[in-house]
Amino acid sequence: MNNSEKKRMNGEAEEENEEDVEDEGRDAWERTYTDERSWEALEEDESGLLQPIDNKAIYHSQYRRRLQSLSAASAASRIQKGLIRFLCVVVDLSKAAGEMDFKPSRMAVIAKHVEAFIREFFDQNPLSQIGLVIIKDGVAQSLTELGGSPEAHIKALMVKLGCSGDSSLQNALELVHDTLHKIPSYGHREVLILYSALSTCDPGDIMETIQKCKKAKLRCSVIGLSAEMFVCKHLCQETGGSYMVALDEGHFKELLLEHAPPPPALAEFAIANLIKMGFPQRAAEGSIAICSCHREAKVGEGYICPRCKARVCELPTECRFCGLTLVSSPHLARSYHHLFPIEPFTEVSARQLELSRVASKTCFGCRESLLTPGTNKAGPCAACTKCKQYFCLDCDIYIHESLHNCPGCESRRITPAAASVTMS
Amino acid sequence: SFSDDVSLLVVLIDTNPFFWSTSSSSLNFHQFVSHVLVFLDLIVRLSQLNQIVVIATGHNTCDYIYDSSLDTDQVTGEGELPALYSFVLQRLEEFVNKDEKLGAKQEGLSEKRASSLLSGSLSMALCYIQRVFRSGPLHPQPRILCLQGSPDGSEQYVSIMNAIFSAQRSMVPIDCCYVGSHNSAFLQQASYITGGVYVKPQHLEGLYQYLATVFAVDLHSRSFLQLPRPAGVDFRASCFCHKTTIDMGYVCSVCLSIFCKHHDKCSTCGSVFGKAQLDAASDRKRKASES
Repeated sequence: MNNSEKKRMNGEAEEENEEDVEDEGRDAWERTYTDERSWEALEEDESGLLQPIDNKAIYHSQYRRRLQSLSAASAASRIQKGLIRFLCVVVDLSKAAGEMDFKPSRMAVIAKHVEAFIREFFDQNPLSQIGLVIIKDGVAQSLTELGGSPEAHIKALMVKLGCSGDSSLQNALELVHDTLHKIPSYGHREVLILYSALSTCDPGDIMETIQKCKKAKLRCSVIGLSAEMFVCKHLCQETGGSYMVALDEGHFKELLLEHAPPPPALAEFAIANLIKMGFPQRAAEGSIAICSCHREAKVGEGYICPRCKARVCELPTECRFCGLTLVSSPHLARSYHHLFPIEPFTEVSARQLELSRVASKTCFGCRESLLTPGTNKAGPCAACTKCKQYFCLDCDIYIHESLHNCPGCESRRITPAAASVTMS
Repeated sequence: SFSDDVSLLVVLIDTNPFFWSTSSSSLNFHQFVSHVLVFLDLIVRLSQLNQIVVIATGHNTCDYIYDSSLDTDQVTGEGELPALYSFVLQRLEEFVNKDEKLGAKQEGLSEKRASSLLSGSLSMALCYIQRVFRSGPLHPQPRILCLQGSPDGSEQYVSIMNAIFSAQRSMVPIDCCYVGSHNSAFLQQASYITGGVYVKPQHLEGLYQYLATVFAVDLHSRSFLQLPRPAGVDFRASCFCHKTTIDMGYVCSVCLSIFCKHHDKCSTCGSVFGKAQLDAASDRKRKASES
């Protein structure tokens, strides 16, 4: 939204209450015209004819730009990703979180997207742990302990949704500092603060706390929902985190999910260590045992800790009796694509495609035609730098965001000599 | 409009000549293909809206063989064979020849352990399925059926796991009918993680019967059937140093490599354990300059 539209919306905020009363007399179809201005989704082309905004092209170009900046950043620094992460999510539930500029309220939007974020986080980082902290009435409370089970966190968050009082950034930082101080040295310590307020009510000098966090190697990032604040910016700059302010709900969701994949970790932040882990076998069908997590008798399902033979219900987890980290090999495999990322594809202009000697102009992955629909002209596409195959833009996005395999490279048999060159 | 029992079946056929020429089972490649063709015909007859895509998994390459949504060559069959059969047979023959030509320069490959490029055909199948998802709200329910006989290639472990997790996220089941000699751990894990069915038929001469009873039914109706259940999927890891399965081991916190014994240094990423990486790097530099 540009500035003039924003001002117009703000000016109408006071009038909305009167409009709500009037809306009851209107039909649903009339109300959609007041809420969604569908005429704004049109633009003029060169000859003055109206056309819907080509969201697809915008989406693709935004995606490409983001991918280029990511690969440039990772090539610059020494890329090592922090795969074992201990993340504290701090949710600001002060009075400012009850504002309704995000519909229905900032708090509800935050809760909804934090739930999705938690699931995505554990999907991408199965060996990591999350702890939830809330700020309410000027005090920070720990909602859940650091743990690896998504359901426990989500349930705890949904129960405690009420906002009041002031927000205190220093108290939150002190709390997460004490929590994250105790974790093993090989873990990466991260803090993600979702800040709605425009002020902070602190008992002491917050700059000291920020220095304390910096010394403890906490990487603090903030997502603001109201406006940019100097203290948040300073915190993120000092600790090496990222500070972003969300413009609307969609943007907030995007910013939040950007924290799900492991950040490029500076090598000096964590000490490499060999962690003892167990790979339990599945319990025999029909065998009965009391599981250590629910203290109930269960038949058949579950896994057996290789060290102390206790029964656990799900993986990954920590054995309650002997403390051994229990995982299955797919959990480790989920993180391998961070270690062996595929290179971004290069953009191929329509002219280059026409000039190429490829017989059938179809995407190698999905066999969709690369020609613009309805014409005989080539549309934009992408090509892999290694296997030189052409892919449509949608496959490009899917391959880099979800699949992490290039179909062209995987469909080629590389001789051992060539393989050793590419792996180094 | 699509009712919930319409399927899009993507079949991955293993054509690896190293497997088919050394296989001691009662099924040769031509018999195998004839069982599969009758099965494909069955799928088409179960519902007019069912779609089939066939991708061949070769030793040196993978390629699309047949796509029922492109109505090419559906006009007349040659002689007594239906059009579907003759088209697929011809395309398979072209593919096998192309696959062979691509490998003409390789030597010194142990024939017994030569794997096929399963990760390639799985990746192509998933890209095709994403295209179907993009086509709009009304689309058939997609699933992947691997007809595989070649042994697992350990060099493809990471790619196959990536494909499995992507299939799990898109809720696409990966089924497998394994016609090789020893079970495929990769495909067992694939079926377990994605909610598919893994079957290793005991009597390969009756392959069509296994295909028709287990894999012909659409996803929605599977809930009413008693399908073969996985008997013990082995999720234990193999150590990177000896490739033996272990149930307790050591994992490098930087690169997640698995070792069976304690080491001072990780052989995969070079991290020195117990020291901050910057200290370790400066130690290396100091040692290098001293020597």
